[in-house]
Amino acid sequence: MAEPLVTHSGLAGALMIDNVDTDQIIPSREMRTVSREGLADGLFAGWRYESPGSRTLRADFVLNRHPPASILISGHNFGCGSSREHAVWALAEFGIRVIIAKSFGEIFHGNCYRNGVLPVTLPAEDVDRLASSCDGQVIDVDVRAQTVSARALPGWTGAFAIGAYSKRLISEGLDPIRLTLKEAGAIAGFLERDRIDRPWVYN
Amino acid sequence: MATLFDKLWGMHRVADAGDGYDLLAVDRLLLHERTGGVALKSLEEQDLPVVHAARCFTFMDHIVSFRAGRARNEARSPGGETFILETRRLSADAGIRIIDTDSPDQGIVHVAGPELGIVLPGFTVMCPDSHTCSLGALGALAWGIGSSEAEHILATGTIRARKPRQMRIRVTGELRAGVTAKDLALFLIARHGAQGGNRCAIEFCGSAVDALSMEGRLTLCNMAVEFAAYTALIAPDERTLDFVRGRQLSPAGEGLLEAESHWRTLSTDAGAVFDTEITLDAGTVTPQVSWGTSPEETIALDACVPEGSNVRALSYMGLDSGQRLEGLTIQGAFIGSCTNGRLSDLKMAADQLRGKKIAAGVRGVCVPGSQGVKREAEKLALDQIFIEAGFEWGEPGCAMCFYAGGETFPSGARVLSSTNRNFEGRQGPGVRTHLSNPAVVAASAVAGYITMPQPAQPLGETA
Repeated sequence: MAEPLVTHSGLAGALMIDNVDTDQIIPSREMRTVSREGLADGLFAGWRYESPGSRTLRADFVLNRHPPASILISGHNFGCGSSREHAVWALAEFGIRVIIAKSFGEIFHGNCYRNGVLPVTLPAEDVDRLASSCDGQVIDVDVRAQTVSARALPGWTGAFAIGAYSKRLISEGLDPIRLTLKEAGAIAGFLERDRIDRPWVYN
Repeated sequence: MATLFDKLWGMHRVADAGDGYDLLAVDRLLLHERTGGVALKSLEEQDLPVVHAARCFTFMDHIVSFRAGRARNEARSPGGETFILETRRLSADAGIRIIDTDSPDQGIVHVAGPELGIVLPGFTVMCPDSHTCSLGALGALAWGIGSSEAEHILATGTIRARKPRQMRIRVTGELRAGVTAKDLALFLIARHGAQGGNRCAIEFCGSAVDALSMEGRLTLCNMAVEFAAYTALIAPDERTLDFVRGRQLSPAGEGLLEAESHWRTLSTDAGAVFDTEITLDAGTVTPQVSWGTSPEETIALDACVPEGSNVRALSYMGLDSGQRLEGLTIQGAFIGSCTNGRLSDLKMAADQLRGKKIAAGVRGVCVPGSQGVKREAEKLALDQIFIEAGFEWGEPGCAMCFYAGGETFPSGARVLSSTNRNFEGRQGPGVRTHLSNPAVVAASAVAGYITMPQPAQPLGETA
């Protein structure tokens, strides 16, 4: 289970590109085993390394700084494209705990909460401001209060929305399967009725 | 007054899961070797059983080799066979039916699933693959999920989901000759942006949607994820019922009559309210070609790249603002994928290739979406048309829709592709992908540059 995240303070890195897709986050050629692990090395491989297949770091890529960022700031539709959860696994393994963006790809957004990575959607102007003022600086995120603040922006606080279930997933490290298995009675009752109503589903 | 989406959601709602979530019963879980194996493995590690294996199906499509005469475990990328082998073992151990590499039923999950009658109207169908929205074309509630969610479905038979907002897209009028569902989808995304779907469940309707073949509907719904839709849906009609009838796993006899009378009730009530409505005149759509690295960066084939376009995309694609796409030299042409790898797609491409050769300097690859499509195409001798024109004729799978390592088009190659994503590196490092319909791909392969297809001949289908 992913490490719960209640508050996080970390260095931010700005990657201000719209439509950063999951093929960029983890190129398919970097998915080498049937596993959730060993993916950090392939994170943003096409952008992070000098050439395909090489492991020579590009000095100008945001995640190649030292110390590395744990908060990524990006544009619209971050994580669009393929449903591969490997994108979130790679980010998490690399050490990214929070992604602040103008909007997110739907499947990626859902995958984040299950893996201890917090997706934060803020208004575009706030994201642009954070990117210009806080790149390389510390940003503070509080899941319970649903706020983002930055030391480089005294007096500013950004509020973000998060569903109650998602909040529990990320801050309590909830296990959805065990939670659902408690509903075994309701599920069995549904199936019993449904087998009569829609028998062709079960043939 | 309920929408079709509301009705299907309600029909599958098992319980209130709290916090605004519902627990929905999942009628079919489809897995593939690229992201399904990891879900099964994780479950195995936790010692959790698969509860309804009979309603789960594993497809081998993503990483399988498309080389003619491929071996059973042959992958198209180095080391890829581990995904085939592990997913096969894990699926077999769980008692899940495998539509394996050497099965006559094999194919891309979103092509073969409907062909086999695994996906039926009114079903909830989940798959750890973003193009699962394709299956909404049959009137199914279908969307892509992550591997963890697939694991949840395997262990419980249900999914936790929060009902999305809903959008109706009404496509009025009719598509002009030579304009396809692919062009309609690209046009919509270009006009409203890659986020235009705004995480809504979309119902497509209107005369132009009614007129689409099932294959065209699958193509249209397929692209919904590129529009940031939660999923897409088309209410089943007689065409849907005709499509479904007689499939390997479709109900038969009395069961079919009962199912059909249910399927005929699946529609949005007059007066039901959507959160958003978009209306589009199909008659304004022309053949589209993407110029950039997002499907929204698409223009009419005979148009120029807009002034002030995204510099990063222009640079990757080796283009300038104001440049015409028509006449651009290409080095590659790919026909296939869950978007345009069906029989009508191959037919419309073959219409452009009959008796012709592709230009020198162009590598052409055609990979039917499934063994079923391949067999039908070979019955019509379409394979001969492709091969004589100089195309490679491959074994079914996702093939060159996405690069997974190994051999592909060279860096910098400009490729016209009947697929769904033109992302940077999608078809290989540095490869410049232009999305279009299969007829445009084929005609351009012959010309050696991006060009308008010849008017369709009688054998071709417009959808």
